[in-house]
Order: sequence, then structure tokens, then C-alpha cells
Amino acid sequence: MTPAFTLRAKDLIGVVILALLLAVVLPLVLDPFRLNMVGKYLTYAFVAVGLVLCWGNAGILSLGQGVFFGLGGYCMAMYLKLQASTPEATKIQSTPGIPDFMDWNQITQLPFFWVPFKSLGFSLLAVVLVPALFALVLAFALFKRRVGGVYFAIITQALAAIMTILIVGQQGYTGGINGITDLRTLQGWDIRTDSAKFILYFVNVTLLIGAILLCQFVRRSKLGRILVAMRDKEDRVRFSGYDVASFKIFVFCFAAALAGVGGAMFTLQVGFMSPSFVGITPSIEMVIYTAVGGRLSLLGAVYGTLLVNWAKTSFSESFPELWLFGLGGLFIAVVLLFPNGLAGLYRSYVEPRLGALFGRKRPAAPDATPAPAE
Amino acid sequence: MNATPISDQMAPDFLLAVEGLTVSFDGFKAVDDLSFYVDENEIRVIIGPNGAGKTTVLDLICGRTRATSGSVKFKNTELTKLKEYEIVRAGVGRKFQNPSIYDDLTVFENLEISYPRGRGVVGALAFKRDRAVKERVEEVAQTIFLADLLDQRAEFLSHGQKQWLEIGMLLIQDPELLMLDEPVAGMSVAERKKTAELLNRIIKDRSVIVIEHDMKFVEDIAHKVTVLHQGKILSEGTMAKVQADPKVIEVYLGH
Repeated sequence: MTPAFTLRAKDLIGVVILALLLAVVLPLVLDPFRLNMVGKYLTYAFVAVGLVLCWGNAGILSLGQGVFFGLGGYCMAMYLKLQASTPEATKIQSTPGIPDFMDWNQITQLPFFWVPFKSLGFSLLAVVLVPALFALVLAFALFKRRVGGVYFAIITQALAAIMTILIVGQQGYTGGINGITDLRTLQGWDIRTDSAKFILYFVNVTLLIGAILLCQFVRRSKLGRILVAMRDKEDRVRFSGYDVASFKIFVFCFAAALAGVGGAMFTLQVGFMSPSFVGITPSIEMVIYTAVGGRLSLLGAVYGTLLVNWAKTSFSESFPELWLFGLGGLFIAVVLLFPNGLAGLYRSYVEPRLGALFGRKRPAAPDATPAPAE
Repeated sequence: MNATPISDQMAPDFLLAVEGLTVSFDGFKAVDDLSFYVDENEIRVIIGPNGAGKTTVLDLICGRTRATSGSVKFKNTELTKLKEYEIVRAGVGRKFQNPSIYDDLTVFENLEISYPRGRGVVGALAFKRDRAVKERVEEVAQTIFLADLLDQRAEFLSHGQKQWLEIGMLLIQDPELLMLDEPVAGMSVAERKKTAELLNRIIKDRSVIVIEHDMKFVEDIAHKVTVLHQGKILSEGTMAKVQADPKVIEVYLGH
């Protein structure tokens, strides 16, 4: 169908522009320190695009995406920590060959769930599968019982709190409040150097573009339309022969897996992982990125993430105590003034003008008066 | 037609056999020991005053509400144990009282979602809008008078058109039993006539249960009428028989 095709072309142009911005423009204009910072912001964008599907399309608000981001990040960090904990590097410990924080906590043997993380292949799989499986268990328990809406949001938020407490409390196994720090090499490749950070930035951008394309594929499939239909009229979908819960479970797990990839890229680029990226505050901030960017727009969510984080950094540098008020104000402004975020503003104000500028005949906007039926 | 004794539970010539169906909400019996049978290709209309339990009966058949006791057999399959989507897949379609359509999708997409293919997660991801789908959607759109509005967002349809769209979404599933809850409520006279015509066209090869208040409309379409009152059957039979029943006149038609 022609309209579907033009839409597809428009989506692709947007992705290409974003890819050029991230992969060409920013590396040219930013110094390595700032570029690494953008790389860090972009790891949150994985969560934000996942939320577009989960919250924007399917209407499932999760206030616990930090948990999945953290799980992905911790899986990566566990691998990197084991790499950094060779017996030679840790020979001053009372038990050489185990991570330093375990030694400090009188643990004398590597816990069983750490052992598989000696393998890179396993760790990479775990980055995606651990968050997805965790989401699966949660989603299965809740959606099959038809828990939804606000209740679901509250439970995910509680989960974020529980996860933080668990990580902090199990210091010997998780590194506690400090997290897993002092990560050095990946298969012998030092990730702390500027050149490694530069390469990791591009890996991150490539994965993010891949994630966006994957999300676009899902949204364009019939499954994407079913998600929107469910958000509107869940019962109608159910009584059209669909098992509504299985679709919710899918989209929640999908978003969780994306968040896990983001978390792993965070660990690689920033060099540590800690519970402060798992709890309630980061989880809600991630929702705000999506809200500011536009919860119905994948690209909007990426720009929203960049913008809010850039604002956070510049604000915190000059007025650290004011940032939280700024963030709260921003969220209120989005909800009250532009509920579809930056993407909504773009669609209503910029796009029509761009169209006029290029003299292109625009396809009928959805809010244009419908053609009268005979 | 030879009448099969009602006591015969396995009576194969009923499409739907409802027996002893009861549901109580905190002790209040909304439907109380209800039994009725619907033949193949029959149009059954359920009438009754507000609160008689009409919508609850449809809810019980399609699994939206779980019965406290009793059985609902559809082609000899017990429905009360099945999940909602399994009941739909068995061949029972249900239209809600308020038009229940997807505002943010186009008419085409609304119909396409109801097309009975790719109903699992993987199936929905792999679903292709091929010729068969397009032809079927266009055919149904023609039937429900919406052929010119396929690319219209459903939000912008008129109330009557939304009702037709939902009927179309059921038609595309080709259910053997179609249940309609007040399909002409809120419609203009012209739309009512068109809807009656539409229903008369789509009932071929299927059974229909309709809840309706509009007596003129009921007369037009009903083969058999069931009158419900306080969760029980007050009267059942042809329209003429029901209308002449003094009990019915007293509690319902007399008003």
C-alpha cells in the first residue's frame, strides 16, 4: 500500500538523520570526554525506545525499567570483574582469583552464579536473557491475573526498590552500594583508554540504531497494531480471539531485553555498575526521557534522552541542588502542555512548515477534516 | 423437524444449549437457573426490562463473566471452562453494547485485526497483509457500508458507522454464533433500517442472539423471542406469542 510505503520512507529518513548526527556530527564536534558522556546518555536511550513500545504503544507503564537496565549492566560487570580478578592481579588478597569486594567480605570461593560469567559468550547472552526472563516471570504472574494500569506501575516501582535493597544488602555477592567497580579489560582489550571509549561509542550507536529498526519492525507488524488496539479496547481484542496477556508479556520482555543491552553498554563505557542505576529514581527518570521525547515516537525518545541528560549535566554542573526541581518541572510541563513530547511538537509545528518549504504535497494529516463520504 | 427431548444433554441439533445457568454476585442472582436452546441459523432476540440480566447472559456465554453453576454447550463443547479467546476461536463472536472499536487505527486495520489468522505473538509478527486478507477486508467493508472509508481513522466515524464497523469485525471472523448487544441503540431511523437489512443479510449460515429494546426492530428480525425478567425466563416463543402473553405485558411491554 502506498501510504504505508511513504510512512516507511519517512521513518527511515529519520533514522538516517539520527545515525548521521550520532555517528558523524557528534564525534567531529565533541572532545573524547563529552563524546563518552553522550555515549553514556545513549545507553539510557535503549530503555527509552523500549518504553515507547511498552508504554506509548501498549499502554503499560513500567516504573521499574532501571531493574532491567541494571540486570544487563550487572551481567556485563560480572564478566568484566572476573576478567580483572585473575589470581596474578589479586595475589595480595587472602583468596586470590576472586573479585576484591568478595575478599573484603570474607568470601573465600567464587559463588556458583558467578562462575558462568567467566565466559564472554554466556555473559553476552545473559545481558539480554536475564532481564528478559526476569520480566517474563513478573509479566506472567501479573498479566495472566489481569493486573494492569496503575497497579502494575506501582508493583514495578516496588520491584525497583526491592532490587536496590537486595543488591546493597548482599554486599559480598554484588559489591553492595559501591557496585562493581574497577573494570579493566574485555578479552584482554583495555576498555579504559580513549581509543577504546571511542570504539565503544560507535558500537553503542550501531546497537541503538539496530534497536530502533527492530522496534520499527515490531510497530509496523500486525503485533504493533494489536498493541495499540489493546491500549484502546482491551476487551475487544480479547473477544477477537487473542490472548491479550501473551502480547503484554511479549512487549514487556522485549523492552526489558533492550534495557539490558543499554545497561551492558553503560557498564562498558562508564567502567562500573552500581545500585544507583537500578532504583526508583533512575527508573522514573527513564520514563521522563520518554515522556519528554514523545512516548509515541522512537526517535523522539532518543532525542528526549539526550536533551534531558544534557540539561541534567549542565544544570548539575552549575546548580546541583536545583536539578531535581528542574526535572520535576519538566515532567509537569510535558504532561500539561505537550503530552506527546518533543515529537508531538515537531509533528504539529515543524513538519507542516518543512513540507511547505520543500513544496511537497503532504499526505492528509490525521487531524485534517476527513473527506466526506458519499 | 423432530423435536429432541430437552433432557437429552447431547442434543446435537442445537448449536447452543444453555442449561441451569446461574451467576450470583454477592448473593444476588443476576441470572437464575436459566435454560434455553438456540438452533442453527436461528435469530433469537432477548428482550426484557433493565436489569433483567440480558447482557449478563451474553457475558456468561462468551466467558467475560464466569458462571456460578450450570453449563453452556456450543456444538457440544462446554464453554464455561474455556478462556475467552478459546471461546472466540470455537466460533462465538460478540458485539458489545457501546461500539467497541480501535479509535487510533484505520477502518482497514480494525477489520484486519479481527481477520482470523496470526493470533499468536509470533503469528502476529509474521503476519503479511496479502491478497486474501485485503480481499476479505474489502468484501466485509462493502457489506457494512464502509468500503469508501477504509483509510479513515475509526475515531472519525459516526456512531452508526462505528456500530457497523464492530459488526464487520465480527463478520470477518465468520463466527457460527453471533451475539449482538443492542446493535441499533442510538441510531437514526435510516441507520436502523440499514442495520436491519445488514443483519438479515449476514445471518445466513449462522445463528444470532440479539439483545434489543426496539420492538419494531425485534419484529423485523426475530425468529424466536426470549423474555427475561429478574434473571429468569418469563416467556419464550414467537413474537406474536410473546406479545400476547399477559405476564410479558405486565412487566415489560405494558410500560
